[in-house]
Amino acid sequence: MEIEKERQVLVVFPHPDDEAFGVSGTLAVHIKRGTPVTYACLTLGEMGRNLGNPPFATRESLPDIRKAELKEAAKAIGIKDLRMMGLRDKTVEFEDDQKMVKLVADLIEELKPSLIISFYPGFSVHPDHEATARAVVRAVRQLPDEERPKLHLVAFANNTETDLGPADIIHDVSDVFEHKMNAMRAHISQTAWMLKEMEKLLAVNDEETVQRVKFERFWLYDWAKDNVSDIED
Amino acid sequence: MEPIIPAKVQESIDHFAKKDVYIHLETTNGAYASHFDEKFFSAGAYIRNANIQYEHGKIVGEGPYRVGLKLPIGWVYAEGLTHYGFDERGRLLLAGHDYDGKLAVALEIGEVPFK
Repeated sequence: MEIEKERQVLVVFPHPDDEAFGVSGTLAVHIKRGTPVTYACLTLGEMGRNLGNPPFATRESLPDIRKAELKEAAKAIGIKDLRMMGLRDKTVEFEDDQKMVKLVADLIEELKPSLIISFYPGFSVHPDHEATARAVVRAVRQLPDEERPKLHLVAFANNTETDLGPADIIHDVSDVFEHKMNAMRAHISQTAWMLKEMEKLLAVNDEETVQRVKFERFWLYDWAKDNVSDIED
Repeated sequence: MEPIIPAKVQESIDHFAKKDVYIHLETTNGAYASHFDEKFFSAGAYIRNANIQYEHGKIVGEGPYRVGLKLPIGWVYAEGLTHYGFDERGRLLLAGHDYDGKLAVALEIGEVPFK
């Protein structure tokens, strides 16, 4: 389906590379049209496991490597407003919940996005993804209905299709395929293994892989079934 | 990081003994372990910038190695260590990298806190 024209897009993910696989094509299309895109990346993926054997990085040098990769990926996609929010990998769910909501609410207040792209709460597997998703839903929920930006959410838990049904939105990003590949390549410290496999499959036109890379899937948040808890004061 | 040379690591462990040190200790099987294999029981723990003093410590094993640090009333322990190195602040970095190059365990000791 055609990617709808937006006024301002806000992307909120916790880890460098969360944007690359699932949404970088969509973002590249928005940017090509001149729509401003802000990417708030909450952590630097400090606790990433891919350090190589023989090692190319240490636990302590990884954050700087991933920061540089994140900037490189943003460049590949065309993102000019990249914000690194200074949280630490694997700790997002333990942050103060009010603070998390405020972090997202402040971005909304400042940017007035017409669309927010993030994860779907309950269907995004990693605890940092889930905490990010909850903060986004809570921040949007406190706005009056008519002021709420659209939520296009990434879901990839094994039970996604069973529980949420098929994706509501499917974008064909073939036109910006190279931008997307370059965004994934930018995160080489974390994606080398996967990319090698993926490029092999793309070379032989493996249908499943082509579908996965060229089509980006989003679910609309179902407010009727909203089960993100309120924060206790 | 280089494959562990036990004597070098032991020398460094001795150097930090009886001093106020900061440690980073971590084990992980990755946040996606149970996503890729629903039968896999995912577990991990980390402690960052714990301020301790140990009486003595040892590196033991044939590789992968184990390190134990004896505290006045407790212990610090890590197993599966394969690589070592030092950062620009002189901190000892020990890590266990699995066959795919993924970090499985880390133990780091230094006199200045980690970032």
